[in-house]
Amino acid sequence: MKYIDEFRDGALARKLVADLEIEAERLSRRVTLMEVCGTHTMAIYRHGLKPLFPEKVRLVSGPGCPVCVTPAGYVDMAITLARTPGVIITTFGDMLKVPGSQTSLVKERGAGRDVRVVYSPMDAVETAKSSPDKEVVFLGVGFETTAPSVAAAILTAKREGVKNFTVLASHKVMPEPMEALTKGELKIDGYICPAHVSAIIGERGYRRLAEVYGVPCVITGFEPLDMLRGVIMLVRQIAEGRAVVENEYFRVVKPEGNVKAQAILADVFEKSNAVWRGLGPIPDSGLAISPRYESYDAMKKFKLSEPDVRENPACLCGEILKGLKEPLDCGLFATACTPENPVGACMVSSEGTCAAEFRYGERSRANA
Amino acid sequence: MCVAAPMKVVEVGEYSCVAEIDGVRKSASIIALEEVKVGDYIMVHAGLAISKLDPASAEETLRLMREIVATEKRNDEIH
Ligand code: SF4
Ligand code: SF4
Repeated sequence: MKYIDEFRDGALARKLVADLEIEAERLSRRVTLMEVCGTHTMAIYRHGLKPLFPEKVRLVSGPGCPVCVTPAGYVDMAITLARTPGVIITTFGDMLKVPGSQTSLVKERGAGRDVRVVYSPMDAVETAKSSPDKEVVFLGVGFETTAPSVAAAILTAKREGVKNFTVLASHKVMPEPMEALTKGELKIDGYICPAHVSAIIGERGYRRLAEVYGVPCVITGFEPLDMLRGVIMLVRQIAEGRAVVENEYFRVVKPEGNVKAQAILADVFEKSNAVWRGLGPIPDSGLAISPRYESYDAMKKFKLSEPDVRENPACLCGEILKGLKEPLDCGLFATACTPENPVGACMVSSEGTCAAEFRYGERSRANA
Repeated sequence: MCVAAPMKVVEVGEYSCVAEIDGVRKSASIIALEEVKVGDYIMVHAGLAISKLDPASAEETLRLMREIVATEKRNDEIH
């Protein structure tokens, strides 16, 4: 068992598609399912799943890419730091092209600022250790999946007495925006819940969605067979008029999640209000560094505050992140806005909806 | 950034381990897992092992996928 190939078996996929068709026949109307996670969006495009779904099952993408929902004001703060003498910016590669209000980190790097891509926040701590005369700032973006690795880096810096390492944190949590979307304009009939966010938070995080709002939730893995089976489970719940949290991905996601990671998060961070690019402010949807660890908080150390920046009004990212519009509805798509020169954030990260459409869209439409 | 992969543990230290996928080795922090042994499969995300894979559950998932109730039902109706 390698945990990958087994879940890409084509013959089994065809059987699951047939099964999905039968399940869908039981639906009395067309239903809208949302995959909130960018990696699901990408998997759906990459494996050409969209054309396989029956007429009655519509899939829309949600706000599940942390890069996509990072506001321009945050990028501006990172750029202010990049321009501060003696500062090294360390970041995941997908943050480089995110447009701020004027420029981006990749352009700043071109202009000679020290902006370095790292594979993990731990590598940023190593950078700090090997550059004791510099200030190393890590750009902490990401959901519950990524936040523990940033928390772990802060704990490592503390344990090892590293004093020139800070995090510019803009972490976000998933259940709150899902709840906000549920109350929004789009009627969402079911959620494909994020796989690895769930590995941390467990099933509990979605319970309110099912119990209070009556929206079925299925935690689903990223392999094609997982996704097909997750959709079948959702359709079955809808057809039977049930709304519960089910876990298709139990080989990785425990019902209670990762309790140790939850403890690390609760130690290093605290809940905060956060602004989502395209969605606006959502109460309690962010994670800020706790005052206990404020010496690792770049906002405090460099006395920054997040500017309020207006986004390009022609960009439809906000509507796309809410599942109300699709990339082809945007006048800038593939013309003014391309992966090389993104206008909106959905085009930046490889798993943003516009980027996935740009890369795989024609193929998946041709197959349709 | 959000790409996590199942990797096989090849070496275990106090706070971190070395894990491998397709011949590529990377180190991963193990502070969020209870107990990690050489040969375990772990899900690594941004340098942190976030979960250990459970082989019995993986087998069970595959079994559930093969056991396609609705398809069989339809076949019964046809025959
Ligand atoms: S095509 Fe570009 S500008 Fe339009 S919605 Fe997508 S990311 Fe935004
Ligand atoms: S594009 Fe990057 S940030 Fe967005 S979901 Fe994918 S890996 Fe995560």
